[in-house]
Amino acid sequence: MLRIENVSAGYGSIRVLHQINLHVNEGEIVCLIGSNGVGKTTTLKTISGLLRPEEGRIYFRNRDISRTPPHKIVEMGISHVPEGRNVFPRLTVRENLELGAYARKDKAEIKRDYAMVMQTFPQLALREKQSAGTLSGGEQQMLAIGRALMSRPRLLLLDEPSMGLAPLFVLGIFEIINEINRQGTTILLVEQNAQLALRTAHRGYVMETGRIVLDDSTEALLKNSRVRKAYLGE
Amino acid sequence: MFIQQLVNGLILGSTYALIALGYTMVYGIIELINFAHGEIYMFGAFAGLLLVTVLKVPFFLAFFLAMALAALLGMTVEFLAYRPLRHSTRLAALISAIGASIFLQNLALLIMGAQPYTFPSPVEAKVYQTPFFTISRLEIIILIFSFLLMIALTLFIQRTKIGKAMRAVAQDKDTASLMGININQIITVTFAIGSALGAASGVMVGIYFRTVTFSMGLMPGLKGFVAAVLGGIGNIPGAMMGGILLGITETIGAAYISSQYRDAVAFALLIMVLLLKPTGLLGRPVQEKV
Ligand SMILES: Nc1ncnc2c1ncn2[C@@H]1O[C@H](COP(=O)(O)OP(=O)(O)OP(=O)(O)O)[C@@H](O)[C@H]1O
Ligand SMILES: [Mg+2]
Repeated sequence: MLRIENVSAGYGSIRVLHQINLHVNEGEIVCLIGSNGVGKTTTLKTISGLLRPEEGRIYFRNRDISRTPPHKIVEMGISHVPEGRNVFPRLTVRENLELGAYARKDKAEIKRDYAMVMQTFPQLALREKQSAGTLSGGEQQMLAIGRALMSRPRLLLLDEPSMGLAPLFVLGIFEIINEINRQGTTILLVEQNAQLALRTAHRGYVMETGRIVLDDSTEALLKNSRVRKAYLGE
Repeated sequence: MFIQQLVNGLILGSTYALIALGYTMVYGIIELINFAHGEIYMFGAFAGLLLVTVLKVPFFLAFFLAMALAALLGMTVEFLAYRPLRHSTRLAALISAIGASIFLQNLALLIMGAQPYTFPSPVEAKVYQTPFFTISRLEIIILIFSFLLMIALTLFIQRTKIGKAMRAVAQDKDTASLMGININQIITVTFAIGSALGAASGVMVGIYFRTVTFSMGLMPGLKGFVAAVLGGIGNIPGAMMGGILLGITETIGAAYISSQYRDAVAFALLIMVLLLKPTGLLGRPVQEKV
């Protein structure tokens, strides 16, 4: 479904990603793990079009999206939940969710999805008219995910959904991630919580300073001694 | 006397408010002071004048046509002078804005010359007397038009999909583009609306003072900017409030202190407000961007 081929990218003259290769098959949850600052967020930004690859190609459903602007990529079915719950603080919860469906025109279906999101995140239903900036961190994360679902993505890019959340909350969010996947959405998950990510995903990539150094099934990665030492604290 | 000054200030202030909206909307979206905005106002006045006098278009229609033409001009200025510099320094964009302003003013001078033009009056000069103040028919029309435009803008921003997208883009461009919003399109719409409102003000002031000149955008452009900063730049209700407050202060200052100090009063007000509240009346406290 998604194929990244020899992509290098960065910010201005700073190169962050060095010729990475990565693919995601339809129906999978794939995780990308790595320490701080290795380029995980940069990878997601490059996929969603916020950054342009300096070299290499990105294909989504066999179409080259390496030079496609972000709003077109959303229309094609990729939705990116950015790091740090970037909700629009001065818009209401409802307006945030409505914006998630900005690229869609099927009003009736949007309504259905809205109800579905409210069902998935009942806390949000209580705060529909509240401005998003007043939500707690966990609620903002739910809103950011719910908003991404409103575009009915084929592929969901999640950047550290667990960041800054209480452990119990994190489990809840991951349960929801699983559920979203069961209902047919493919997921690329970036996480620092390697333990949790590897238990949730089917396959995983390990990134170190802008390079993919390992990729395998999550079972194999969980057994890999290098992974256990570096990311699982053993 | 005092109430009369209040009414006069309100009329003047509503024309400032319309100009201020253009500054504040553009600043809210791309953090640029669009110095060419005063020239858009001037262009609007000329467009209205020429439509009415040369093409004999009815006033009412000319008013909206002038707004539409100014919207086109605003979009063009954005496309040619600002868009290529979107990713360069703010100073570069600011210099480009000043350049656009000078260019448009000189273009008007070249085409229309330096002489003032007289705007014919659209309505008979009827004046209404109330116990507290007098107001002309034209003044009533200006007030009504200004407020209708401001209400329409508020509804547009609050209720429509594009309005919602404008607010989202103002808050966070990257995240907005991840919603499927075409940022360039929203910026274009913002310039169009801001310019149309500026032109509406230009036409009305041109009719009110019955003169249109190539340099007429200078002072009102500055005043509109002051009004936007007064209200808190980037804040739409703030721009409306700032404009009206500025108009009233100026009129009262001119009446009770000296009409020569009219402009000084405006800037004194600005300095005072900024000393007390650096972000303007309705401005949000400056947030650290991460
Ligand atoms: N806007 C930017 N401009 C310049 N350099 C940046 C920018 N954003 C990130 N970087 C640099 O790029 C590198 C990779 O950053 P990135 O955010 O992709 O890391 P990450 O793997 O997501 O880290 P974390 O786990 O801390 O979120 C870092 O060295 C960072 O300093
Ligand atoms: Mg990151």
